Amino acid sequence: MADTKHGTGGLKFDEKKRTWPNELNIFFALILIIVVFEVLGQTLPYMNDQSFLFDSRGRFDSIFNEARLRIIILQVSIIGIISLGVTQVIISGGIDLSSGPLVGAAAMIVMSFAQTELVNGNPNPKAVFGTWAFDLPILIPVFVGLAFGAFIGAINGSLIAYTRIPPFIATLGMFLICRGIAQAWTRGKPVSFPTEGYAALGTGMMPVYWFIGLAIVFHFILKYTLYGKRTYAIGSNEDAARMSGINVQRHKVLVYMIASMLAAFAAIILSSKNLTAQSGMGIFYELYAIAMAVIGGVSLTGGRGSIIGTVLGAMVFGVIQSGFTYIKLDAFYQLMAMGAIIIGAVVLDKVRQERAMLRS
Amino acid sequence: MSDIILETKGLTKHYGGVHALTDADFVLRKGEHVAIMGDNGAGKSTFVRQITGVEQRTSGTITFDGKDVHFAGPIDAREAGIETVFQTLALADDLDVPDNLFLGREITRFNWLGPFRLLDYKAMREATIAGLERTAVKIPNINNTIQNMSGGQRQCVAIARTATFASKLTIMDEPTAALGVQETAQVENIVRTLKEAGEPLILISHNMRQVMDLVDRIVVFRRGRIVANLKKEETDGQDIVAYITGAKTGAEYEGAA
Ligand SMILES: Nc1ncnc2c1ncn2[C@@H]1O[C@H](COP(=O)(O)OP(=O)(O)OP(=O)(O)O)[C@@H](O)[C@H]1O
Ligand SMILES: [Mg+2]
Repeated sequence: MADTKHGTGGLKFDEKKRTWPNELNIFFALILIIVVFEVLGQTLPYMNDQSFLFDSRGRFDSIFNEARLRIIILQVSIIGIISLGVTQVIISGGIDLSSGPLVGAAAMIVMSFAQTELVNGNPNPKAVFGTWAFDLPILIPVFVGLAFGAFIGAINGSLIAYTRIPPFIATLGMFLICRGIAQAWTRGKPVSFPTEGYAALGTGMMPVYWFIGLAIVFHFILKYTLYGKRTYAIGSNEDAARMSGINVQRHKVLVYMIASMLAAFAAIILSSKNLTAQSGMGIFYELYAIAMAVIGGVSLTGGRGSIIGTVLGAMVFGVIQSGFTYIKLDAFYQLMAMGAIIIGAVVLDKVRQERAMLRS
Repeated sequence: MSDIILETKGLTKHYGGVHALTDADFVLRKGEHVAIMGDNGAGKSTFVRQITGVEQRTSGTITFDGKDVHFAGPIDAREAGIETVFQTLALADDLDVPDNLFLGREITRFNWLGPFRLLDYKAMREATIAGLERTAVKIPNINNTIQNMSGGQRQCVAIARTATFASKLTIMDEPTAALGVQETAQVENIVRTLKEAGEPLILISHNMRQVMDLVDRIVVFRRGRIVANLKKEETDGQDIVAYITGAKTGAEYEGAA
């Protein structure tokens, strides 16, 4: 008998040569980026020795600059929820550009079912429906939001799976449709004043808890369930998956539905946190969500990536954004730098793949 | 009960104007190993794709295990008991060996969870190791992704896949193309194991020695038609080559090609 643990046919397996998980690279990149900002903060002449990471002014009980960390993780959480879904879509070999506008449309719709009747004793000035829609139990708006997400995702997925439209085109169309829905819903007017129960969903650090909770759930699903395995299989070799008897079309519909439901859930949390919904909500979110996944090592050619990677990618994204603000980089330069970083991440993915090809 | 496991009558496939397969009458008996030979583009893979439901035939009938069959897809064929190694290996590069072996038929627990049912990694890994040991396939680390494996190892995984699951018919489309001497010997061993187990096999190959070594009967395809049906004892390599190149055509197929 051979090494019964991993190998067959008497071949020796060298534990030391086991491939280094990509997530570790991203983790080190994260630390490196933090160090770079810390060093920049110490050396740039106009920074008068504030620290990026540490509490240099003794404002907090811990050694870390808690305020900054909290802002980073809060900023990242809502788009992070979207990127959990985008990760699955990309692993399955697709792309979803419609998630940002879906956030806008879902927020408008959901908020209309979450309004309270009286604001400071006066009738709600932003009421969308009649009195029947006031003070509904929070499960109703949440359900409406998830159902809307599932509906949009089912259309995306069906178009891609059954009519074989490229995912880029199908979801680009849905991008415009959703932005249109968001604007048509109230002809551009914001929808505000949710019930207390609804407002509690996204208050304080709640977005972070949702993000972490959902990340754990989907990490488990991708790694340990049939759904996860087949998502990787389809993204890795769609023909092989089909020839092996996997119902590729039905699976794709499911993947896009889950992704859109996560985007709709992000809309719920965002509108709850802001206590209002606006048709312009979620601008650029689809791109940022894709960026988080790609920075986190999810391969745009499908088949590779992980939820842990995406969570780390989201942290990198948040740290970079916050770091730019910290070193007082102008907002428009920030956009440019962010774009460069996204391109860099994709180039890195390509290089990694070509190296893997050379090895085999 | 007849001893015929597979029979096709007038099996025909046109791709637009391309007549890739015309009027193929083919019979395979239980326990029999048959080779299909023919030049590139002769229609061998096309024939396999019609039988396994990967494509839908233009006309003709297929009888498998006593029943007229119309497989809607490869999963139907597999459920009916046909295991296939396709010429384009149906492997997922980013998955490891057990994942690939069990692609599309994963062992799962808590099946009431539907698509979210749990994978039984342990059972799949153990079955994989057992299957690979039985077929003497050498893989240093089955938890590596297929991508990092040599062409021969990949091929062996694809073949071990069919040999791991008991079936009524195994089809291999050029299983040893691009294999080294040792790997070829391994694949041939797998074929012999099947023969001993009494499992019928259709082997597509360009390798004359291998064909003469392994099978009972040779069917030759030329330009989409069957042109010869030869018992191994009654033929030799030169004879077969004559049929492949068109220098000769079997008596019963005169006027066909
Ligand atoms: N999807 C398709 N569309 C059009 N023509 C096709 C298609 N598939 C195969 N053909 C044509 O049908 C003919 C038979 O192809 P097939 O793949 O069956 O050959 P083969 O005998 O398996 O050859 P090889 O030994 O090279 O594998 C070829 O001329 C091929 O070009
Ligand atoms: Mg072929």
